[in-house]
Amino acid sequence: MSSATKASRIGEELWKTRVDKVNAELVTLTYGTIVAQLCQDYDGNYQDVNKQLEKMGYNIGMRLIEDFLAKSNVGRCANFRETADMIAKVGFRIFLNIAPTVTNWTSDNNQFSLVFDENPLADFVELPDDGRAQDELWFSNILCGVLRGALEMVQMQIEAHFVSDVLRGDDTTEMRVSLVRYIEDEMPPDEE
Amino acid sequence: MSVFSLIIINKAGGLVYQREFQPGLRKLSTNDYLVLAGTFHGVHAITRSITPKLPLPVTAPATTPTTSTPNAVSPSATSTPAPSTVTHSFPNPGIPATGLETMETDKFRLTCFQTLTGTKFLLFTDPTMTNIDVIMKKIYELYADFVMKNPFYQLEMPVRCESFDRNLTGWLRGRA
Repeated sequence: MSSATKASRIGEELWKTRVDKVNAELVTLTYGTIVAQLCQDYDGNYQDVNKQLEKMGYNIGMRLIEDFLAKSNVGRCANFRETADMIAKVGFRIFLNIAPTVTNWTSDNNQFSLVFDENPLADFVELPDDGRAQDELWFSNILCGVLRGALEMVQMQIEAHFVSDVLRGDDTTEMRVSLVRYIEDEMPPDEE
Repeated sequence: MSVFSLIIINKAGGLVYQREFQPGLRKLSTNDYLVLAGTFHGVHAITRSITPKLPLPVTAPATTPTTSTPNAVSPSATSTPAPSTVTHSFPNPGIPATGLETMETDKFRLTCFQTLTGTKFLLFTDPTMTNIDVIMKKIYELYADFVMKNPFYQLEMPVRCESFDRNLTGWLRGRA
């Protein structure tokens, strides 16, 4: 618990002092336009749209992590639980000014859920009424990619996907994050 | 009191950025800089791997299986190290070994800052210079802004971002 409150404090502090703010509508409209355009370009193939959003997020995450580290000045997390708090309370706070709830840990501490009470990407959004989008499109899928890209740069291979979304009529918006492995970096094995 | 030059090394040991801030420094050839970066990367890895480790007090892992129920012994034996071999750890296990951080001669000081992503910033300064960590932090921020956020910068490739150069020199000149 203390690591979560500590992370909250860091997040709040950074948000107040170090972050340049932009208009929220600009973010929402820009992201909405991107998703809508992808849906058009992929001719309503929502699986491909999800995949593409994840890929875009991945490329963002790989870059964004440096900004996160440079701004927050935090050290390496001791375990995956601490990492989860850092993501939820510091990462999401400084980039989107939200702090999703970390919950539903598995007993091996390798999987958790992020539950989003609010999601600035999805303000004003209603999914297309074509009978498929409601079941197939994960509107905010870019966030899964961002987490995957960012954590890969700090030697964690993870898998992230949405399991529910209020846009689809679910009660909550929930993302499931699983640690695949810690990447033992540097030396390629044949170069010793 | 001055900053002589900056070198940035990517996580694979490749030179991605090199720049002097003091006029009249003797320049090395491009190849020499590449060799320097690669060599430093290797030395850095060696200094990290030779960090002395202390033997762990054996009490903690050894007592747990005996006090707990017998059926808990076999699954835990695979995850915890075998009790027969003495395990070693860094003096403070929570903090991983960092490797070489500073190197000093009477003419210059080399400060190395490695980010959690593996990128290394090497700063050559006057040995009397203080508060290098402040400069380092600012350089990292400028790097995050003007290099990483430039959508056309390809990760791990040489940094050719004019705005990074400009802001870096501007900021360093501003504080001198």
